[in-house]
Amino acid sequence: MSSELKDVRLSVIDERIKNVKHVIAVSSGKGGVGKSLVASALSLTLVRRGYRVGLFDLDLTSPSTHIILDVGESRPIEDRGIVPPKIHGISYMSITYYSEDKPTPLRGIDFSNALIELMAITRWGDLDFLIVDMPPGISDATLDIIRLIKRSKFLIVTTPSKLAFETVKKLIKLLSDLRVEIIGIVENMKIKESNFIKSNADKLGIKYLGGIEFDEGLEDALGDVEKFSKTEFFRGVWKIAGELLRALAFGAQ
Amino acid sequence: MEIGVGIGELQDIDLEIFKFALMQLRPDYLKDAVFKFKIVKTRLRCRVCGHEWSRRKDELDEGVREAIHFIPEISHAYLRCPRCGSIDFDIIEGRGVWLEYVRGKR
Repeated sequence: MSSELKDVRLSVIDERIKNVKHVIAVSSGKGGVGKSLVASALSLTLVRRGYRVGLFDLDLTSPSTHIILDVGESRPIEDRGIVPPKIHGISYMSITYYSEDKPTPLRGIDFSNALIELMAITRWGDLDFLIVDMPPGISDATLDIIRLIKRSKFLIVTTPSKLAFETVKKLIKLLSDLRVEIIGIVENMKIKESNFIKSNADKLGIKYLGGIEFDEGLEDALGDVEKFSKTEFFRGVWKIAGELLRALAFGAQ
Repeated sequence: MEIGVGIGELQDIDLEIFKFALMQLRPDYLKDAVFKFKIVKTRLRCRVCGHEWSRRKDELDEGVREAIHFIPEISHAYLRCPRCGSIDFDIIEGRGVWLEYVRGKR
C-alpha cells in the first residue's frame, strides 16, 4: 500500500480547514526578520477589523508567538480533536501547549510528522483567516505547507538587508515555480530611506505591501498585548493589513 | 471486506475506545467490513550510540504521556537514550495509526 494511502491523517487535514477562507503562511528567508511579530500583530489587527482569525505557530523548535501574545494558562480543549483556545480573540495553536519550555529538537521527518499530527487533530472551525507563523528558511515546513494546503498563500517578511533578501529571492522563485500565490512582501526594521526592497519586489512582480520602521519600543511591549497594540510597529502592521485585504480582494500577483 | 489497522503503542491509544469510535463513524458501505487490529510496540533507536529500546508505559507521568498521545514527536522533549542519554533518537516503529491492508471483492 502506498505511504500516501496508508497515512490516514492526510485526508483529515482537508476536513479540518475546509471552513477556513484564507490560509496565509508568514514566511521569510532568514530568521530574525520579525515573522512572528508580524504574524501576531496581523492576527490581532484582523480580529479588531471584525474577522475570525486563527494563528498557528509552526516554528515548532523555536516558537515565540506564545511570548508575544502572553498566552498564560490557556490550554486547548479536547473534544473530538483539539480545539484551540481563544487568545485576545484569536484561535491559537502552538506546540508549546505540549512541549512547554522543553527543547524539542526535530529532524526533518519528525518535523513533518508533528506538523501533520497538529493539522490533523486541530479543529479550527469557521475562520476568515488562518495565519501560519512559519519557521525561517526554505525547508520542511515550506514544502509541507505547499503540499498539504494547496490553497495556501504566502506573505513574505524581510529586512532591508541584501543578505535577507538573497534568500527571499530564492523563496519567491520556488513559490512562483510551484504556482503558489504570494500576496506580497513586507519590509521590517527599516532604519533609513531606501528603495532597495521595493524596487526589487517590483522587478520580481511581487506586491510591496509596505515598510515598517525599526521600533525601539517594541521589545518592552512583548508579552503585553495592550502595550504591543500601541507601538509604532503595530501601527505599521495595521496599515499593511489594509493593503493585504485589498490585495486579497482583487487577487495578488 | 477485511480491513487491517495498525496501531502503534507510542500514543497510548485505547483500543476499545478506538473500536467504538470506528463502529460509530464508519460509513454505510463499510457496515459489513471486518476490522482486524495489530498493535505494534514502540521501538526507538539512538542516533548517537545505536541503542534500540522500547518505551515502558509506566516510565512517564500522565501529563507527559498525554502530550505524546497528541503529538508523538514531543517524545523528543521528554525521552532520552537509556544508554548514552542522548536526545537524538528516531522513532523506528510504533507511531500512529495506519491502514495495513484492505482485502475484499472488487
